[in-house]
Amino acid sequence: MQITDDTLEDSQLMTINFGPTHPATHGTLHLIARLDGERIRDAEPIIGYLHRGKEKMGEHLKYNQYLTMTDRMNYLSPALNNVGWCLAVEKLMGITPPPRARWVETIACEMARIMDHMVCNGINAFDVGAGTVFFYMFQQREVLTDIFEKMTGARLTITWPRVGGLPYDLPADFKDDVRKFLKGFYPIVDECEKLLKNNRIFLDRTVGVGAISKERAISYGYTGPCLRACGVSYDLRKREPYLCYDQVDFDVPTGEHGDCYDRFFVRMEEARQSARIIEQCLEKMPDEGPVAVDDYRVILPPKEKVYKEMEAMIFHFKLVIDGVKPPPGEVYQGLEAGNGELGFYIVSDGSGKPYRVKVRSPCYYIYSSYTEIIRGLMISDVVAVLGSLNIIAGELDR
Amino acid sequence: MGVELIRGDNFVTARLADVVNWARKSSLWPFPFGTACCGIEMMSTLASRYDMARFGAEAVRFSPRQADLLIVAGTICNKMAPVLKRIYDQMSQPKWVIAMGACASCGGIFDNYTVVQGIDQIIPVDMYVPGCPPSPQALMYSFTKIQGLVQSGQGLSLDPMPEAVPSVPV
Amino acid sequence: MNSAAISAKVAGAIPGACVEALEFQGQTTLQVRRESLKEVLAFLRDDPDILMNQLLDVTAVDYPARADRFDVVYILASIREDGLAPVRVRIKTRIPDGAALPSVTDLWRSADWGERECFDMFGIRFEGHPNLKRILNPDNFYGYPLRKTFPLRGERDPAFLEYKETEPA
Ligand code: SF4
Repeated sequence: MQITDDTLEDSQLMTINFGPTHPATHGTLHLIARLDGERIRDAEPIIGYLHRGKEKMGEHLKYNQYLTMTDRMNYLSPALNNVGWCLAVEKLMGITPPPRARWVETIACEMARIMDHMVCNGINAFDVGAGTVFFYMFQQREVLTDIFEKMTGARLTITWPRVGGLPYDLPADFKDDVRKFLKGFYPIVDECEKLLKNNRIFLDRTVGVGAISKERAISYGYTGPCLRACGVSYDLRKREPYLCYDQVDFDVPTGEHGDCYDRFFVRMEEARQSARIIEQCLEKMPDEGPVAVDDYRVILPPKEKVYKEMEAMIFHFKLVIDGVKPPPGEVYQGLEAGNGELGFYIVSDGSGKPYRVKVRSPCYYIYSSYTEIIRGLMISDVVAVLGSLNIIAGELDR
Repeated sequence: MGVELIRGDNFVTARLADVVNWARKSSLWPFPFGTACCGIEMMSTLASRYDMARFGAEAVRFSPRQADLLIVAGTICNKMAPVLKRIYDQMSQPKWVIAMGACASCGGIFDNYTVVQGIDQIIPVDMYVPGCPPSPQALMYSFTKIQGLVQSGQGLSLDPMPEAVPSVPV
Repeated sequence: MNSAAISAKVAGAIPGACVEALEFQGQTTLQVRRESLKEVLAFLRDDPDILMNQLLDVTAVDYPARADRFDVVYILASIREDGLAPVRVRIKTRIPDGAALPSVTDLWRSADWGERECFDMFGIRFEGHPNLKRILNPDNFYGYPLRKTFPLRGERDPAFLEYKETEPA
């Protein structure tokens, strides 16, 4: 269906600015497109409107303080980023938190993934004209934010696990809350899927739009749902299991064509699988037991001890002033975040602050392919593709 | 408002300014300048659970010419600052500005080379909302405060522009 | 294929390329000479046993006191569908300030933005890159923020003047 007239001179093309405050660009993405009528001949994405210097900040913050930065990276799923950071630092230090902490972190990760996919798909549907889905899905997200609020004290920026485990145990009715959420969650996903699966308008806007081949996707550094939509069954949770993913059973949904439609439904199915994982975790996790490593050089001693024992007070003081101190060395630890492989590359010089932090953000590399996948599409498809790639500026620009 | 009924219930007298302000405050059209994490909380405020429509502000406009309330939700970096300034200048009078969150108010936790340390360095701000991110309730509270300002005909944009902030040609 | 086997294989295929193979917490880093960097990367990508078909990230680390000031790090991964255990390896090379590395945009598309970011943040140039310009910082930005000598608060810090003197753009 190519009707682009390639004989047009360059000077006859129209240049338009798209963003950075266009509603569909999430406020921070900027695209300069060369248009041939309604078709995109060429485009240049401009990023950096939300560059907040997080890697530089990393060199000036202690390991546990850096959690405040990871919170604000992919702000649709803060728990995933935080757990990723803690995993990386734990790897650097060679410590393993007790099983209960691992199980709880797994649950938190999956809850965060559901939050991410709900908002992403909701907005994607909203952008192509299906407003109802957005409100339904946001409702589910609100339930999850409530659970997180109960668990950690904050709705969004939770700063929650610590290096070496959890700072405090779960609230008493955590399991009931999550079960209640799951009960309401499945019908909503089914319903939203029914609403869109054979919807003529939705199909027209998404099928075959923004497709990318397997090989190109891998070369562009795609990971996560966008890669799986191209038909590659690659999931870090399966390939290099971390946390408790080797003890639970779940499927890795894949698409076929790597277009917007596939990406949408891969995310939907993934959210369902996440719910399945949570169910199993609730069954399998131990109800009792410590939630952090038993080492006061890593985790703050309990307050009663600090008040009563000299030694605990010294540990408390040292940990607050100096922070945790990993040995010199460097590690790279990746985890399957909402958008793909989120990796932290940490170089430590043995002091309480990292020497260098590099965040490998999934969006960054996915977005670098944007020019290629929108070339030849209509200007209105730009929005559909952008939504389905789930570009989060906080993670993109860091 | 000083409303008075005369001649049965057919005529009402009031001050014109009061009536206009009352209409204006009940139908503020916000421009959501959401750049970062606070933008998500702003979205929650607009979405099903908190629902800004209850205050007559569900008609979000992404064209500055149609909006009269600018909600700056999120970090503003040096690269973004000229854009924000231009958007503000493009909005027509009268206009109000909410700085939502620590970043917009003062730079927040990002005291570094790229982040503007508070949008009040570039545009006048009527209302600051503390929090990182502020809860939807906090945003709604600030919104009602803005409504109070509108009703009483106050607002920084109604004062002459401070000298220190030159206008960008629109 | 474990990490020791990889370094042996690289050493066998391109003699003299590897300076050092480091092992830390079960992760491998190969330090290679600057001249053979691209050769090694191409080998790792194309060798059917290793098949590093994805360049996860390109980044650098600044050591201002060293003569070869920067460590440029390539993080590689293999995405394969035959179910073989995945391997990861990091390639590191040292370059002095002002020197350039060959661009690997022709090997992996993801190197495009990775190298641009590296240039933006450290001022490391990559020869043969199609579009090497700033990406995250505005075009009129002065300096390279992730260098250790760059003050955290940038222009608002008095130390910025010193930075401007010692490291002209
Ligand atoms: S105030 Fe906090 S939540 Fe809001 S944009 Fe800034 S960092 Fe994000």
